[in-house]
Parts: sequence; C-alpha cells; structure tokens
Amino acid sequence: MIETIGITVLWIFLYGYLIVGSIDFGAGFYSFYAKITKKEHTIRKVIDRYLSPVWEVTNVFLIFFMVGLIGFFPATAYYYGTALLVPGSVALVLLAIRGSFYAFANYGARESNIYLFLYGITGLLIPASLTTVLTISEGGFIAEEGGTVRLLLGELFVNPYSWIVVLLAIVSVLFISASFLTYYAARADDHGAYSLMRNFSLIWSGPTILMSFLVFLTLSTHNPEHFQRMVEESWIFLLSLVTFLAAVWLIYIGKNLGLAFCLVALQYAFAFFGYGATHLPYILYPHITITANVTNAEMGITLIIAFIAGLLLLVPSLFLLMRLFIFNADYVRGSNQLS
Amino acid sequence: MIDDPVILSRILTYATLGFHAIFATVGVGIPVYICLSEYIGIKRKDSHYILLAKRWARGYTILVAVGVVTGTIIAFQLSLLWPTFMENAGQLIALPLFMETFAFFFEAIFLGIYLYTWDRFKRPIYHWLLSLPIVLGSTASAFFITSVNGFMNTPRGFIYSEGAFTNIQPLVAMFNPAMPSKVSHVITTAYLTGAFILAAIAAFHILRGKTHVYYKKALHLTMIGCFIFSIATVVNGDISGKFLAAYQPEKLAAAEWHFETEDRATLLLGGILDPDEQEVKFGIRLPYALSILAFNRPTAEVIGLNEFPEEQWPPLFIHYFFNLMVVIGMYLAGVAFVYLVFYYFNRFNSLHPWLLRAIILGAPLAMLSIEAGWIMAEVGRQPWIMRGFLTVAEAATTSGHVLEMLILFSLLYIALGLLVPAILIRLFSKRNAETELEKQHVIL
Ligand code: HDD
Ligand code: HEM
Ligand code: HEM
Repeated sequence: MIETIGITVLWIFLYGYLIVGSIDFGAGFYSFYAKITKKEHTIRKVIDRYLSPVWEVTNVFLIFFMVGLIGFFPATAYYYGTALLVPGSVALVLLAIRGSFYAFANYGARESNIYLFLYGITGLLIPASLTTVLTISEGGFIAEEGGTVRLLLGELFVNPYSWIVVLLAIVSVLFISASFLTYYAARADDHGAYSLMRNFSLIWSGPTILMSFLVFLTLSTHNPEHFQRMVEESWIFLLSLVTFLAAVWLIYIGKNLGLAFCLVALQYAFAFFGYGATHLPYILYPHITITANVTNAEMGITLIIAFIAGLLLLVPSLFLLMRLFIFNADYVRGSNQLS
Repeated sequence: MIDDPVILSRILTYATLGFHAIFATVGVGIPVYICLSEYIGIKRKDSHYILLAKRWARGYTILVAVGVVTGTIIAFQLSLLWPTFMENAGQLIALPLFMETFAFFFEAIFLGIYLYTWDRFKRPIYHWLLSLPIVLGSTASAFFITSVNGFMNTPRGFIYSEGAFTNIQPLVAMFNPAMPSKVSHVITTAYLTGAFILAAIAAFHILRGKTHVYYKKALHLTMIGCFIFSIATVVNGDISGKFLAAYQPEKLAAAEWHFETEDRATLLLGGILDPDEQEVKFGIRLPYALSILAFNRPTAEVIGLNEFPEEQWPPLFIHYFFNLMVVIGMYLAGVAFVYLVFYYFNRFNSLHPWLLRAIILGAPLAMLSIEAGWIMAEVGRQPWIMRGFLTVAEAATTSGHVLEMLILFSLLYIALGLLVPAILIRLFSKRNAETELEKQHVIL
C-alpha cells in the first residue's frame, strides 16, 4: 500500500517536472535562437514573461522527486548514488550553470550572448543527461560485484536504446515547449511570436512520434520483459497517439490552442504513466523493486501524512501563481496593473 | 590521499556545503529585513523604506539563485558521495528532508510572485503580505535541514539490532536533543549575518560621503537587527555549549583542549598545543568559565577528552574555530551596542567613521564565524557521520572518480564566486539609489 502511494506520488511529481521543465528548457533554447536570428522582439518578451516568475518552482519539482525517492525507497540512494557519481555530477553542474546564469542574465546588469548561449544549450543537455537515469533503470548498465556497485559507462555509450531515449528527450522538450509558447503567444496577441512558435510545434511533432516508435522497438531487444508488459497495456499508448494527433490538428488549424496544449500534456501523461506502470515493480531492473525495498511502515505513513499536509499548502499557492501570471490575460499581454 | 574516496568525498562535501552555507545564510537572513522595511514604509508612508525593500530584494534574487543551485547540488551530492549514509538517513530522517522541499516550494512560489507584483496591487499591504511566506519558507528550510544535521549528531528514534533499524519513530528522530539549540543558533546567526551585511552596505555608502537620509534609515533599521540578534546569538551559543557538555562531551572537550575531567574548569582562548604532553603554551585562561559555559555553575565537573578512546577524538584544531566564533560573536554584539548607545545619546556621533568601519568589518567577520561554527560542529563530529552508529569511512562512496568531480565542482564554485560579486556591483552601480529616489513617484 505504502509503496503504491509512494511511487504514484513520485511519478506524478516527475511528470510535473517533465512538463514544466520541458517548457522551461525549450524556452531557453528558443530564446537563444531568437537572439542569434535577431527575432528577439517577437518571442523573447513572451518567454521572459512566463519564465521569470516560475523558474525556481521548476527546480523544486526535481528536488522533490529525488528527496521523495530516497524517503520512500532508501535503497535507491545506495544503488543510484554509487553508480551515478560521474553522470550525476555532470548533470548537476549543467543545472547549476543554467540556474545561476539565468538569474545573472535576467536580473543582472548586462545582456550577454555567452549567458544566453549557456542558458540555451544547457536546456537541451540537461534533459538528455537526466533521461539517462531512465535508461539505466531498464537494467544492464549496473554491475554489482564484490559488494560494490559500478556503472558500465561503455555499455551505455554503445547502446542504441540509450541514444534513442536521449533523442526522444530532446525533441520532446522542443515540442512541449513550442506548443505551450504557441498558446501563450496567442494569448498575448503577439502574432510574430505566435506564427514562429506554431511552426516550431509542427516541425517537432513528427520527430517526437518517430522517436517514440523507435524507443518501443529498441526496448523490445533491450528489456523484452518490460516490452511485453507494454504490449499488454497497449491501449494507453494508443490513447497517447490519439491525443497527439488531435493536438497537432488543433495547432495546425490554429484554434483552441489552450486545449491543444492540454492534449499535448495528456499525450505525455498517457505515455509516461503507461511506461511507469509497466516498469513496475522494478525501480532499478533487476536490483530494486518497490515491494522489497520500500521504507519501513512508520516512516512511510509519516511521509504520506506530511505530503497531504504539504499539498494543502501548495495547491492554493500554485493556483495563485498561475492565476497571476499564466492565466491572467493582462499580465500575459504585458500590462502591469492588476485587474 | 589523492585516491582515497573517503578523504576526497570529505573535501568535496566541505567545498559544497561551505559554499552553500554562504548563500543559504544570506537567503535566510535578508528576507526578514526586506519584509520589515516594506512594512515600515507602508505604515509610515515613507517611500525610502519601500525603495530599500525593493533594492534589497533585487540583490537577494541573485543570491537566492546561487543558493538554489548550490542547494540542489548538495541535495544530490549527499547521495552521490555518501550513499550508505543516505540509505540509512532515508529510513530514519527522511521526514524533515521531505518537509524541507515543501518549504522550498512555498518560498519559491511566493518569491516569484513577490518580485513581479510590486505595483500590481491597489493596496500595497497586499504586496507586503506576500513577503511573509518568503520569510517563513526560508526560515522553515533552515529549521528542517538543521534538524537533519542535529540527528547526525544525536541520532534518536530507532532501535538498532543485528544490523537493522527497527521501531522507527520519525518524529522522535526529527526532534532529537541537538535540534532545539542548533536550530535556534543557526536561525539567529543567519538573521544576524543578514543584518550585518545590509548594515555594512549602508555604512560603506555613508563613509564614502553619501549624505542622503535614505542610507541612515537603512543603517539604523539593520543595526537594530544586529543588536537584537547578536544578543540572541550569544545566548543560544551558550545554550549550544551546554548541549555539547550534556550530549557530545568529546566535541566540547576537543574544542577546549580539555583533557582531564575536572571541576572548576578553565576556558582557554588561543594558545598552542603540544599534543604529546597535552600541554598548552600561551593562550588566555579564564578560570571557571568552561564550567559556567557547560553547566552554569563555576564548580561543575566537565568531562575531559581522556575519557574517550583516542581513535574517537575529533581533530583538535577545532579549538581555533570555536575561539574564532566566540570572539567574533562578542565583537558583533559590542559594535551593535556601541552604535545604539551613540545613536540614542546625542553626545556621541553614531556615524563616526571609525564606528562605520567597525560595522563594515562586521559583515565579513559574521560570515567567517558562520563558516567557523560549521567547521567546529561538523569536524567536531568526526569520526562519525551518525554519531555512535556509522563512521564517515563506512559511509563514503567507493567510486574511483571523486577527484575529477572535486576538480569539476571547484571550478564551478570559483567561477560563481567571482561572478556573483561582479554581477551585484554592476547591478547596483548601474541604477544607484539617488537616481531611483528622484524618479520614484510616490506610490502610497
Ligand atoms: C554569525 C555567526 C556565529 C556567531 C557570532 C556565533 N556562532 Fe556559534 N555557531 C554558528 C554561528 C555563530 C553556526 C554556523 O550557526 C553553528 C555551526 C553549527 C550550528 O549548529 O551552528 C555554530 C555552532 C556553535 C556550537 C556547536 C554546536 C554543535 O556542534 O552542536 C557552539 C557550542 C557555539 N556555536 C557556541 C557559540 C558561542 C558561545 C558564541 C558566542 C559568542 C557563538 N557560538 C557565536
Ligand atoms: C544549515 C545549513 C543550511 C541552511 C541554513 C540552508 C538553507 C537554505 C535556503 C534558505 C535555501 C533557499 C535558497 C535561498 O533562499 O538562498 C536553500 C536552498 C537549498 N538547500 Fe540549503 N541550507 C542548508 C544546508 C543544506 C543541506 C545540507 C542540503 C542538502 C540536503 C540543502 C539542500 C538545499 C536545496 C536542495 C536547495 C535548493 C532548493 C530550491 O530549489 O529552492 N541545504 N538552503
Ligand atoms: C551549511 C552549513 C554546513 C557547513 C558549512 C558544513 C560543513 C561541513 C564540513 C566542513 C564537513 C567536513 C568535515 C570533515 O571532513 O571533517 C562536513 C561534512 C558533512 N556534513 Fe556538514 N556542514 C553544513 C551543514 C550540514 C547539514 C545541515 C547536513 C545534513 C543534512 C550536513 C551533512 C554533512 C555530511 C553528510 C558530511 C560528510 C560526513 C563528514 O565528513 O562528517 N552538513 N560538513
């Protein structure tokens, strides 16, 4: 029971990070793109208005997932901690560069191309390195010998599955972000930004679906057991495909863009939860399962209670944030007075 | 040493935590004064205070950004470098770690709103209300993380038998005996350090010849904070000493080079130790003071280091860090006291250049004693990571790549450490207070 609640909560937060993080990462990239192609005035403004208030919140989703994972499944700290020292540290340095340089560029004094470049490029590298953890969780990349745990970096580098997952992550970031910014630009009545972002959404839609199919294909050889379970639950992935098609259609005809973005979010929700559910009971194949490695009942129940109490605090605050910045038409358009 | 993952992990932890501590302390301290200043500004309809709050908030954002990224690093690095410790900590002390993330969430959300809604409310007091969750959130995160650190010093709330933890009580672990003294000391020192940094900035401008009353208001507001929290710091620093005497006597004894258990113990300041003879040369001795610090009674008996097996002794150099912290604590309280006396008795000049210089010096000293305090507290826990249960050597990673990571992160911290001051200086010199004061239309 505790393990089910725990993993569900964690997966929801990771999904939250996937969506808000992608918007943020992709926006960084588009922002840099706008700068070098001198299309600044169209999309930079839109991006800044969304990103400035929420970037710190995005980061907390990731921390929450990590701390929660150790809380509910302490053994993950041991396995992943030992194995991931090098790739984990690289991802951390990238995150650190991105976060601080964002603040420097945004609140600091000078607009600098170097800051923007770092901000844009880390936006693609971070999701690429973070998704490697999902690849590792499929098994085959961690060796346990003589009481120590070791990551087989060489295997990871020559494995087609791991590269396809990286590509999927990058195109997904660009697609999710573009579809959100299309909606946001339309709300802001900024036509230049809107048509640019709409084009980007359409351009990246194809590759996302192609990569998703390739992920299925390569997983079938890499972890046939998991692949088999995914085939058994294929309805959820079909739903994902349907929502994807609907979203692309709406973006194509340029109507109901808010709904279109929600459909994109749903597309990823179906795929992500389908993937997660069929991954169970393993957290790290075949070393850690949610049933064998769940924390003690006392801590588990206390964490769940703390979580519910925390949500009571968070949900209203998040609601306020969204109301003030994202769904407030005046703010989106650039007016400063609160209606 | 270059290939010992234990030592390298310790050095890397040291670098990350020492760096994070700077920004975390400022992150806890400064919001208090932003909040106070905006409130005073609204109540007295004085736009100077509003501008103060605005300018402080701007600098604060940059510092918070670095606090957030270094905090993210340390949160992950604890698992990467001390996997065995985190596996145990996950079972025993996950609760405050988990709650800390909620505190971050809360702070992050309202900080985002606060910064972008300065002129968006019809009633300014609504905007001020948004600063309360920031103060609460950052102080709460200090509360929760320090309770984890307290647990490492005095692990409670479980039964350990045959290599397994049973009968786990998360709340007992969280409210461990080290928690009250540690939390209160950490929070008041953060408020103290925040105040001294802001006061030093104001004092610096006045010393450079700026005469606008804006700076005097800034100085006075923050010096009151300095005074209150320096007294509080000395008081709960004393309580921390009593906590050590009762629960971690070996740490106190090592910090005081107190080898033989004896009553009427003397407090030692400075000095040079001959470790073989256990004799101290030079140094200032304050008779009875250690007994008073430890138990409030001049005749009380204080446990000496020789009661403990030598392999469990903490490194003896923590003595100097303890001294440094205590001396600076007295200095800060002294400076704040003198300022207030001068201010309220018109016979003296509370803006005397020497006093201003003393205040400016207070800011780096306060930061130095934050670092000294943590070194004394953390190194003084050696060889344990969870006192009595798990040693640092057992907890460290076995990976062979810690050295490369140490170099990687050191470069990052050096770059950030150079960039942050440069960015802050540029930010504030581009828009100096005088021009902003002139432009400021009255918003009240
Ligand atoms: C501005 C910073 C500052 C100042 C002026 C002081 N301290 Fe402090 N002290 C800290 C900042 C600090 C700290 C960084 O916050 C520590 C490190 C760990 C902790 O819990 O707080 C600390 C720890 C710490 C400990 C160790 C607690 C432990 O290991 O559990 C003791 C005994 C004292 N302090 C005592 C004092 C005394 C008697 C002071 C008197 C003037 C004093 N401190 C001033
Ligand atoms: C006692 C010492 C510490 C204090 C007082 C402290 C306080 C803070 C504060 C106030 C922040 C918010 C950023 C800011 O406002 O500047 C922060 C960030 C952070 N700290 Fe620390 N911290 C301490 C040590 C640690 C340790 C040991 C960890 C690791 C478990 C940690 C993890 C984090 C994380 C993950 C963040 C980023 C959170 C975010 O994304 O908002 N901190 N810390
Ligand atoms: C922010 C203020 C802090 C500073 C400046 C600090 C400083 C240090 C230092 C200097 C060491 C190295 C000790 C040695 O090698 O002898 C250390 C170790 C460590 N600290 Fe702290 N610490 C802080 C807060 C914390 C907190 C709040 C936690 C708990 C979550 C923590 C967890 C650890 C761990 C796990 C180690 C490694 C084991 C060890 O060497 O004892 N630290 N820290």
